[in-house]
Formats: sequence, structure tokens, C-alpha cells
Amino acid sequence: MLKINELCASVEDKAIIRQLSLDVGPGEIHAIMGPNGAGKSTLGNVLAGRPGYEPTAGSVTFKGLDLLDMDPEIRAREGLFLAFQYPVEIPGVSNMELLKAAVDARRSHAGLSELSAIDFMKMAREACKAVDLDQSFLKRGVNEGFSGGEKKRNEIMQMMLMEPSLCILDETDSGLDIDALQVVARGVNAMRAADRSFIVVTHYQRLLDYIVPDYVHVLANGRIVKSGDKSLALELEAKGYSWLEDEVA
Amino acid sequence: MSEQVEQLIKKEYAAGFHTDIESETLPPGLNEDVVRFISAKKNEPEWMLEWRLKAYRAWLTMKEPDWAHVHYPEIDFQAVSYYSAPKSLADRPKSLDEVDPDLIETYNKLGIPLHEQEMLAGVAVDAVFDSVSVVTTFRGKLEEAGVIFCPISEAVHKYPELVKKYIGTVVPQRDNYYAALNSAVFSDGSFVYIPKGVRCPMELSTYFRINQMNTGQFERTLIIADEGSHVSYLEGCTAPQRDENQLHAAVVELIALDNAEIKYSTVQNWYPGDENGKGGIYNFVTKRGICHTRAKISWTQVETGSAVTWKYPSCILKGDHSIGEFYSVALTNNCQQADTGTKMIHLGKHTKSTIISKGISAGRSQNAYRGLVRMGPSAAGARNYTQCDSLLIGDRCGAHTFPYIESAHPSAIVEHEATTSKVSDDQMFLCQQRGLDAEKAVSMIVNGFCREVFKQLPMEFAVEAGKLLEVSLEGSVG
Repeated sequence: MLKINELCASVEDKAIIRQLSLDVGPGEIHAIMGPNGAGKSTLGNVLAGRPGYEPTAGSVTFKGLDLLDMDPEIRAREGLFLAFQYPVEIPGVSNMELLKAAVDARRSHAGLSELSAIDFMKMAREACKAVDLDQSFLKRGVNEGFSGGEKKRNEIMQMMLMEPSLCILDETDSGLDIDALQVVARGVNAMRAADRSFIVVTHYQRLLDYIVPDYVHVLANGRIVKSGDKSLALELEAKGYSWLEDEVA
Repeated sequence: MSEQVEQLIKKEYAAGFHTDIESETLPPGLNEDVVRFISAKKNEPEWMLEWRLKAYRAWLTMKEPDWAHVHYPEIDFQAVSYYSAPKSLADRPKSLDEVDPDLIETYNKLGIPLHEQEMLAGVAVDAVFDSVSVVTTFRGKLEEAGVIFCPISEAVHKYPELVKKYIGTVVPQRDNYYAALNSAVFSDGSFVYIPKGVRCPMELSTYFRINQMNTGQFERTLIIADEGSHVSYLEGCTAPQRDENQLHAAVVELIALDNAEIKYSTVQNWYPGDENGKGGIYNFVTKRGICHTRAKISWTQVETGSAVTWKYPSCILKGDHSIGEFYSVALTNNCQQADTGTKMIHLGKHTKSTIISKGISAGRSQNAYRGLVRMGPSAAGARNYTQCDSLLIGDRCGAHTFPYIESAHPSAIVEHEATTSKVSDDQMFLCQQRGLDAEKAVSMIVNGFCREVFKQLPMEFAVEAGKLLEVSLEGSVG
């Protein structure tokens, strides 16, 4: 699904990701953990092609394609989805309008016809239900006046509609109470499929109680310093990150 | 993003073309003889000629206003030709079949085929091609309702009492420099009269188009809604590409008598000039309405064209409990300059006005909102609410707000809110991460910004306005 090979990336000329390599197979869930400033969010943004997050060396293939060569919208249409840590508001543009355009862009890229408004609405309503969002959120401006938890659930709702092949969750758990966390996890778990992979970026082990990863990687100083199974997350929870940083040093 | 912005701004003007129709055009220059020629050409009665001459003499004593936040080379009014009519139409066609095929093709290019329009939306079209009204449709249906909708040149002959009674009562001949010029040389325009208590059975629509090189365009529109009547009027413009700067000075007068309502919607897309600011229309427009007791006038405008826009559709709220509204989207790109807004003059008691202005600046353009809210000494309990939002795309454009508030009555309430924001990189990236390209993303964000105003437009016009915005923003990202 995703092959990252010795990737280096900078933000404002500052090297953040240093020779990071990672293989994500189809159907797998990889958790990326690590201390603040380790480059966790940067990784997600580089993969999604956010302007300002510049890859400087290495390569990334996504479904066999050269990911770094694609414009951000093409990556999205190919099935890469980034659930934002801080979803931004777009006043006056309804969720529905954005999502219909998004789903249609992805479909037409795949050679499929646009969805009829009725079919789309049906899907959108179901997605709302799955994350406990009232349908009225479809008509509201994108993230306009949403609470922190609503924004995150809105991201998951969008993810469901886009039917991506690779989902990157960028600290989706930050700022969520336990109920919202469970709702988000339920949504993600419902989406698990043999041909869909997840990269779950998180600071805390808590989320991984609900979304059980196949692999856990610890990111420090821009590279993966330790990988393991879900027990690694528990170990981190107990011991913190500093022992790893010491180990690497 | 500014690099993206630049590319989107660089697309060719979609409506740029020029139809070759033999015209009868006056040589450039303006004097009393020219005014007499225009009047004679239209076979006008003596009183109309006198009215024009009075305006011309006033104009001679006036000065071009220089207070607007726009800059352009001095206009040589003697280098402008003041009359032009498509020759083949000297005799009016009785049906579309008699219309010059070139003309029909022009309409087709603009996407407004009259044949289809007749059948579609139920819109009666008074099509103005250069200076002569060409085709008027649906007259019959309107006549049944007692509605008069015809070229003003025709109204001068057929309804002289109405024209005489109302012309120049809202925008006097010497109101301002451009209005005086228009009054002297106005070519044609629409005349509408809605009788007492009648609800006009359809939207009235006029498409304007400038088609002659070097020809000023001086439309004059007069709409009278008699007591308790209701009318919705749509005006849309588009013009062909050329280098010459073209002068446009229109006057629109609205009269809403007791309990009447006039809704006037404009989509303006005159040629804005190229990306370096060469060419483009100079649009100096005077639009004003007067509201009598409990009457309502609502202006909605979507301004995307012209090199220079100078335009302040206004309401005089004379009658008690009358209502004035102004909803505006003004988009400037490349080197365009717009100084636009409104005046709400509250004279009557408990009068109410609402102003919603959305200015969008891209490229190196300058976009100014200029609005006056005046509460007169007798405007007890009057209220105004103004919301004025500016959106910047890129970092070389400018947005300016000049609100003037004058209150002479202690019980009047004036509220003013203003915001300035940028299309943020984060918003762009959110859209792109969902699979939208940069162009679509900008147009969606800008359309969202304008939503409140688009809501005011009649349905088919709202769709058109959205598209127009999209076309006008092409090249503002890339």
C-alpha cells in the first residue's frame, strides 16, 4: 500500500523527518507515537502534500505510484485521506457541498460517474449517523462553529464518505473526551477492510485501547527508533519516551 | 499560494469577441448639435429635447468627481462617440426571424439564445444591443397584466405623461457629472410601469452589451411601481474584448409608490481589461430609488467586470416604514478598481435599511466599499444594519472601507460591522486534501463568502452569478 524509503523532509528549511522508512501493507493499522516535536504530524502532512512541508530526499510509493510526484488533490483522489488535527472553518461552504464535490472528484478520477444527489445524501446521512453527528451538520458551513469534538467527528464522517485506501489520522484523539473517542474509534473500526490501511498518529496510548494497531512505531528526532506490536504502546505508557531517546543517543 | 493565485488570475476573458454589424455611428465629440441629433434620431418630442439640452448645459458647468478610490487616465469626452445603432435594425424587426443573424449569433455566444429564453424561465427580455433596443418579447402577456415594459425611447412616445412625470425625479439632471452626461445623451434603456396592486407575472430582464468601438454607452432606465404593486427586474451585462477604454455612464431610477416593492438585481460583467490593466470598461453608474410609505426597494448586485467601477445604488426612504436593502458582491482581479457601495437616506419615521457588502480582491486590484447611512431629523425610530466583509486573495491587492454615518435623530439606530479576511492556505489545503483542485477550491471558498448575497438573487441568476465568479477568479490560483 505505502512504502516510505529513507524519506527526509523539511519545514521552513528545518530538517524534521530524517531518513524515515516505513512499509504499510493493505489492511494494516500502524500507530505512530512519539514525544512532542518528533515529527509525527509532519509525516502526515508530507504524505498528504501540504505546501510548506518539503520532502528533500528519499521516496514514497503509494499503490505503486510515486506519491511525492503528485499534487495534493491527486493524492486525495487516489485514496489518501488525512484527518486533520486542527480542521479549519470554511464559512458559507456547506459540508454537503464540499463533500459532494470531493466524492465526485474521487469518483471521476476513478472513471466512475458522479453520484446522484439522492444517492449522495443517503450515504452522507449514514456516515453522520455512524459518528453520532446530527444531519443538520451536513447543511452547516464546513467546521463553522463546530466544537472541537464535532470537528473531529466531522473528519471521520468525511473519511467514511471518501472511502480512502489509506487513512492518516493526525492526533484525532487530542482534545476528545472519552465518549467522543469511542465514537471516533467505532467509526474507524467499522471502516477496517482488507484493502484499506491506517496510519494513526497519536501522542497517547489511550486511543489504541479502542483502535487496536497491528504495529506500533516510535518516532523520535524524525526517524523511527523502535517498532513493535501493540504491547509497545503499553510499555511507552508505563515508561514514557525518554528511555527510548536515551537508547538512541 | 501567491504563485497559484497569479496563475488563476491569468485566463482570457471568456466573453471576448466582437460582432461585425454595420453601424450608424456619430463621429466623436459632444456639443448641442450632437444632443439634437440623438433626439431627432429618436424622433423625440420637443420637451424631451429641451430636457436633454438642459442637462447638457448643466454638464458643461460641472466637474468630474475625483473623490473615489480609483485612478485612471483623464477621459477626453470629446473623443467619445455618442450615438451608434446597428443599421440593419433601423426598421424594427417584427420577429426574431427578421433579426440580423450576426446578432443572434452574438447572443448564442453569450449563452442567451432568445428562442430558448422565450420558452425557458418565463423571462421577458428587452435586449439592448449597443444603443437600440432590438427585440422585446412577451409583451402580450405583460400587457394582459397591464404591465408596461418597453424601451424608454418608445415610452417617450407612447407614455409621455408617465415619463414626463417621473424622469429625473430621483436622479436629477445635475445630480452628478455622469448623470448629467447621461441625461443629455442617453441612448436607450428600459421603461417599466407596474399598475396599482399588480404583481408582475414574470421577472423582467434586460441584457446589455457594448459592441461598437469607441462608443459610450448611456443607458437610462426608469421603473415605476404604482401603489401596492410588485416587480423583480434583472439586469445582466457582458462585453467583448478590446483595447480601447470604453465609457459607460448609466442612470437607473426606481420609484416605489406606497406599499410597492421593487427588487432590482444586477450581474455586471463588462470587459475588465487585460491582466496588465489595458483596456476595459469605465463604469460610472448612478442608480437610485425612492420609497414612499411602506414601500420597499432591494438592490442586489454582483459586480465582476469593468476596469473601473463607480457605482452606489441607493435608496431614499422618504415614506414612513419604508425599507431599503443593498446586497452586493464586488470582485476585482488583475488591475481592476472598484469603488462601490450604497447610500441609505432615511427621511421617514421607522424606516429600515440593511446593507450587506462582500468585496473580493485578487491580483493587484483595489476594491473599496463606500457607504453612507444618513438618518434625517425626522427619521424617528429608523434603523440601519451594515455588514461589510472583505476577502483578499494573494498579497498584492487592496480592500478599503469608507463608511459614512450621519445621524440627526437621537432615536435612530445604526449598526456597522466590518471584517477583512484572507483565503487561507489552510482552507485551500483542506479542499485540496479532499480532492478539489486549487481553482475549484478558491471558487468554492469565495462562493461561500458570498452566500448571503447570492441568496437574494432569483434562482437562475444565482447559478449564473456563481459561475461568473468562478470564471472571473480563473488565474487567481494555479
